[in-house]
Amino acid sequence: MSIWQYANPVKFLSLSAKVQPVLWVAAGFCVVVGLIWGFFGTPDDFRQGSTVKIIYLHVPAALMAINAWFMMLITSLIWLVRRHHVSVLAAKAAAPVGMVMTVIALVTGAIWGQPMWGTWWAWDPRLTSFLILFLFYLGYIALWEAIEDPDTAADLTSVLCLVGSVFAVLSRYAVQFWNQGLHQGTSVPVATGGRTVSDVFFYPLVMCMVGFGLLFLALVLYRTGTEIRLRRTAALRARAGGNV
Amino acid sequence: MTPDLGKYAVEVLSAYAASVVLLVALIAVTLRRGRIARAALKEVEREVKSDG
Amino acid sequence: MKALLVRDIKLAFRAGGGFGLGLAFFLIVTVLVPFSVGPQQALLGSIAPGVLWLGALLACLLSLDRLLALDFEDGTLDLLVTSPLPLEGAVSVKALAHWITTGLPLVLAAPVLGVLLNLPPAGFGWLVASLALGTPALSVIGTFGAALTVGIKRGGLLLSLLVLPLYVPTLIFGAEAARRGALGLDPATPLLMLAGITFATVGLMPFASAAVLRMGLR
Repeated sequence: MSIWQYANPVKFLSLSAKVQPVLWVAAGFCVVVGLIWGFFGTPDDFRQGSTVKIIYLHVPAALMAINAWFMMLITSLIWLVRRHHVSVLAAKAAAPVGMVMTVIALVTGAIWGQPMWGTWWAWDPRLTSFLILFLFYLGYIALWEAIEDPDTAADLTSVLCLVGSVFAVLSRYAVQFWNQGLHQGTSVPVATGGRTVSDVFFYPLVMCMVGFGLLFLALVLYRTGTEIRLRRTAALRARAGGNV
Repeated sequence: MTPDLGKYAVEVLSAYAASVVLLVALIAVTLRRGRIARAALKEVEREVKSDG
Repeated sequence: MKALLVRDIKLAFRAGGGFGLGLAFFLIVTVLVPFSVGPQQALLGSIAPGVLWLGALLACLLSLDRLLALDFEDGTLDLLVTSPLPLEGAVSVKALAHWITTGLPLVLAAPVLGVLLNLPPAGFGWLVASLALGTPALSVIGTFGAALTVGIKRGGLLLSLLVLPLYVPTLIFGAEAARRGALGLDPATPLLMLAGITFATVGLMPFASAAVLRMGLR
């Protein structure tokens, strides 16, 4: 028994069909309960008022936006090294999910920033890196769409994912350097999330993070299945030749 | 039932609304594409079988 | 390899080769800036380093899609991939040719355009230095983008979408160095970072570009 047996599309689909119902229910439960708990069950912050409730969307989405790219990086590497189709299709399936998470993080951040910092957008290192991450998702998805041959597309997008990861990290540090160079001392105390919040806010937040994580998993499994079926359909069509 | 959101009600509610809309849209698109893919595969498998 | 370099440079200088196009673009962008932000000398002077860096970057981008596309169309690229010459070397040479025909003229033209934008006198040297250090990275990263999109019809727009995010670190450090230089601050740190990026990309990116080319043309 090894994990690699799930590189077989049939095995993957049967496992994924077994796991998915559980995942969807668990994800739905955690997200709904976490959000309701956060929305109705937590007090306002003495400094930020009720806007603190946005944290239950903002932080989990941001977390998954980064983790999605990280997952794509790993599955792309597996494709390049071991040539398992399921792996690279999982990366393809995860990209739009990660992109939507990035958008949620940016949008909720902007809505949160408006009353707190008095502006929708600031060129803070964190915000800027997320915008750059969004651009990387866009490029990755666009490259998938542009190349017709599926294996070539898989190869090229995987390399782009690797190179992009290096440059995303580079940009992160460059942006930090750049902004500190511009405005010394402009810091964003609330954007760090996580560790700085007290228990009242923390437990529903953890619930939401788990929920978003499970939701991401469920979505990626489902979308990977879709990609496998599309690939198989195309293969059967090609084999049947002109008469289909 | 609804908590008092104070002066930031608009911000909080719009943040929740925007996120829910985005998530629901993502899930809807995913399910739609999945259903189309399933149907297409079934179609092709049937045709391949009937061709012998 | 030398033959390839000479050939690429000659092709670029020939009519329709695109040499000068980047320069003209750089000039036009610089001329348009005062129209869009207003003619105040102080404002222009303070944004000049950033605007010139951005203009040079876009001018570099403009000529990228013909970097490999022409060779792809006439079959030269297939020859290069199958030739005994290491593809990494060939890709580096092509990037070098791109830099000589695009990056170098931009570096030389930048001070002239700096005058138009009222760049502070202290900034000229640092602007040229930062551009000279940074534009090789732009060429090498651009070659990677061109290699990714070489087989795609109408890949120009996609190329920009892929390459521009990769340009972010280079732009940040380059423009920051030029800006600090213009303000009379010490530009050593961003310049060193820029040099680091350039050397790292020149050393490593050709491997990625060559790998991508082999995958794409298989």
